[in-house]
Amino acid sequence: MLSVQMIYGLAGVLLFTFALRVALSQVAFLRRVLAINVAGAGLFLVFISAAYKGAGQPADPVPHALVLTGIVVAFSATALAIALARRLHRPSDDD
Amino acid sequence: MAEYIAMALITTGLIFFIAGSIGLLRLPDLYTRLHALTKADNVGLGMIVLGLAIISGDLITTFKLLLVWLFVLASSAASAHLIAQRARRRERGLWKP
Amino acid sequence: MEALIWTVFDFLLITAMLALGWSALSTHSLRRGIALFIAFGLLLSLVWVRLRAPDIALAEAAIGTGLTGALLLAALRDEESAAGAASTEKPKNTIADYLLIAATVILALILGWALIDALMNRQYSGLANEVFTQLDRSGVTNPVTAVLLNFRAYDTFLELAVLLVAVLGIRSLNVSRRPYLKAGLVLSGLTVWLVPVLIVISAYLLWVGAHAPGGAFQSGAVLAAAGVLLRLSGYHGAGLPARIVIRRALMIVGVLVFAIIGLGLMVLGRGFLEYPLAWSGSLILGIETAATLSIAVTLIMAFLAGETGRAGNQEDSSC
Repeated sequence: MLSVQMIYGLAGVLLFTFALRVALSQVAFLRRVLAINVAGAGLFLVFISAAYKGAGQPADPVPHALVLTGIVVAFSATALAIALARRLHRPSDDD
Repeated sequence: MAEYIAMALITTGLIFFIAGSIGLLRLPDLYTRLHALTKADNVGLGMIVLGLAIISGDLITTFKLLLVWLFVLASSAASAHLIAQRARRRERGLWKP
Repeated sequence: MEALIWTVFDFLLITAMLALGWSALSTHSLRRGIALFIAFGLLLSLVWVRLRAPDIALAEAAIGTGLTGALLLAALRDEESAAGAASTEKPKNTIADYLLIAATVILALILGWALIDALMNRQYSGLANEVFTQLDRSGVTNPVTAVLLNFRAYDTFLELAVLLVAVLGIRSLNVSRRPYLKAGLVLSGLTVWLVPVLIVISAYLLWVGAHAPGGAFQSGAVLAAAGVLLRLSGYHGAGLPARIVIRRALMIVGVLVFAIIGLGLMVLGRGFLEYPLAWSGSLILGIETAATLSIAVTLIMAFLAGETGRAGNQEDSSC
């Protein structure tokens, strides 16, 4: 009854909600960035497990393309967030 | 016949990985852990790669698997050296009995 | 019997992945948390292979785990040198915290129920059938590459633009990142032969993406990894071209080639990015090559936080 899709999808839901809770409650900035990345991983897990069609046939490629785009965009968003935080916390200089 | 050899090789590799992991958990200080981890895992990966190469039977796949093993060897050796060097420089990680 | 083995394997894999994810977020030392996150990412790549998504596995191992882990560690290093010690404040257990825990548990239950209901009761066909019936008209045989670069090429075009915007934002913030010491014997000995091999692997991934797992994103990520390795070995330029103009040109070449091909096809009377059947394969390869260069340079610049010169050297920090 518990198919492969379901257990991996539920694992993704668990990851996402737990990481969301950590992202909302932690104080240190890098911890929140880490938690957002793990939450993103949980989301991708839900996508790909919905795209899995069994051991015999090839998986649905459209969610694969979406997740591939998502991985790259998540990295660039993380880099931008870290740069923004460093700019905010830099002691003020007149430039 | 070939599958049994491959199974034996992969199982031997698994045993090496288990030994490396137990060493990581149980050994007292940083340097001994690094030693156990890199040596055991490299040999373990080599055994698994040999087993997989026998199963695949394809020359190109064997070549790619050996390349993977080569990269893991080199990068794990370099990173183990760097970790140990950093710990040595800060004089940390030695086990005090 | 085989189904039982697969179930045991799935159970072990999911348990290990969840345990690593939980411990990466809950450990006291942030450096340990980032290292555990990297291990979590590697297990996640294994999950992608299990779910028959090898392209995602390649991209996850390269970008999601490798580059993100390196970026987080570099950010931690800068933060520690600036602040002195990383603050490890635990969240205080106030009423708000308990409410947050209750809210996330309710959210998890709702999402889980929705997922189970959707998977068991709703018949959704998705677009998989359309993709596979039109696959031989797309110019490639890898379905993910076909979706990314032919059927949904517009989304990939916009994604390259998003990457470019992120790097422009990072550059405009002018945050300098301290360079690394020149590498010792072991690391430079590794870098000397590993970087050319990575370049060859990147070209191979680009070429093989047409008929096997691979493609522009994975290839660009491997090139970016080579650049990051150079940076960590003490080369401040991270392998990027020294002249500013060439760096700028490489950053925009992905979006530019996409736009030129799309608009050129419109001039020829077809729709935007509607490839003629005979030219699909070559056009896809051309776009992928430009996208690889662009993605690699953009990811390296995102890792460098925009600059390639020494810290505090203003005339080097432009691009």
